Amino acid sequence: MLVADASFGVLKGETVAIVGPSGSGKSSLLRLLNRLDEPTSGTVYLDGTDYRLMAPRELRCRIGMVMQRPFLFPGTVADNLQFGPRQRGAELSTRVVEDLLAGVLLGGFETRNVANLSGGEAQRVSFARALANSPEALLLDEPTSALDEEAKREVETVIQGIGQRQGVACVLVTHDAGQAARLGQRVMLLESGRIVRSGLASEVLRA
Amino acid sequence: MLKALFHGQLQLGLAQAAAAALAALVIVIMAGRRGIHLEKDLAIAMVRGLVQIVAVGSILLLLLRGPSWTSVFLLTAMIVAAGATSAKRAKGMPGAFEVSTWAIACGAGLMIAIMTLLGVIDTPITSLVPIGSMMIANAMNTNGLALNRFRSDVLAHVGEIETALALGADGKTSVSPYVQVSFEASLIPAIDSLRSLGIVWIPGLMAGMLLSGARPVYAAIYQFVLLAMIFASSGLTSLVSTLLIRSRVMTPADQLILRPGQ
Repeated sequence: MLVADASFGVLKGETVAIVGPSGSGKSSLLRLLNRLDEPTSGTVYLDGTDYRLMAPRELRCRIGMVMQRPFLFPGTVADNLQFGPRQRGAELSTRVVEDLLAGVLLGGFETRNVANLSGGEAQRVSFARALANSPEALLLDEPTSALDEEAKREVETVIQGIGQRQGVACVLVTHDAGQAARLGQRVMLLESGRIVRSGLASEVLRA
Repeated sequence: MLKALFHGQLQLGLAQAAAAALAALVIVIMAGRRGIHLEKDLAIAMVRGLVQIVAVGSILLLLLRGPSWTSVFLLTAMIVAAGATSAKRAKGMPGAFEVSTWAIACGAGLMIAIMTLLGVIDTPITSLVPIGSMMIANAMNTNGLALNRFRSDVLAHVGEIETALALGADGKTSVSPYVQVSFEASLIPAIDSLRSLGIVWIPGLMAGMLLSGARPVYAAIYQFVLLAMIFASSGLTSLVSTLLIRSRVMTPADQLILRPGQ
């Protein structure tokens, strides 16, 4: 059992940080939230609806995810942003693409080939790509662990903007207690797949 | 030299087999000196191959005068055996045996049936079974290549596939780039065989036809016919198997089943 007895809620616009040692089940917990893995028991409610009653594709549009590495698709930055909407036959307008890129501090990057981006830029494109589906919640799986200090700070600025300005609920998995304190309004400490402490960052991380 | 020593066809055949096996043995000894030990594998493979082919030869001898439906029975058994063999190239992939068998049955089986109905393949068991078996064997190789490539590409791109899923793509769309690559890669040997026909190699069938006295031009044209049929049956097999396997690596809720360590 990778994750057991993890019961919690996340509010609109709130960022909850999940911290814990390697192998404590942080990433496994996140994968259950957008149903990339199937829970053997228990479930997730999105706006009061049991997520097993939703089509997985609809669920994953409503709960976006950013992984440790950006995994951009070959092509331009704009192609990557269009990927999600195109899955349901929609097309983003130029204006929306510009706004999404401005939101991740990459204004003017639309036509850039993703092969020519730095690690930090690529990761910010992956944020904009996840936001292109207009999700209600965003799952962030160690999104800065592969980045240098400068790129990490830029990504953290983007994450703060997502919660505050766009009202998206964020669940951030990180092994970095400092980052959890900077970004999370609430922090949960996970050990062996169980939430052992939960509360304000100052309370959880001090203990 | 051997022909001067051995007069009966069976004795001559065994002597020729011994000479060929001796050549293989020399290579194994040379490899052994460089620290590469193939002795056991090769010994087993050779004995097994010889026993199998002699057994099939004997069965064919018995079936030669049998009714024509025996070819259908033999070819069906070959398709199932081919499905089992090429499924081994797809370790850890759910339903590999079923997918392989269906794909080979659709690809090679259908093509053999069509070509027999058109009169391109003769109906006597002596031509239908050997030609059918060539098509099945090549379909098996192509299928094994396709599944093997698909498996390794999916395992190498779990991040990309799950990213596509997390962005709302369905399972089939998420793995489609790897379906395409696997299909193309699996057909490389069949395309190269066609391309190099006559220049790099004169295949066994043509050699056999020439030895049995057919006119060289007809033997050559028929060799092309055979390779074109092999290409068609292999292509159809690979297409069916890659299309079938892509839904087997996902759960109904579009979760990737084939992941490293699982």
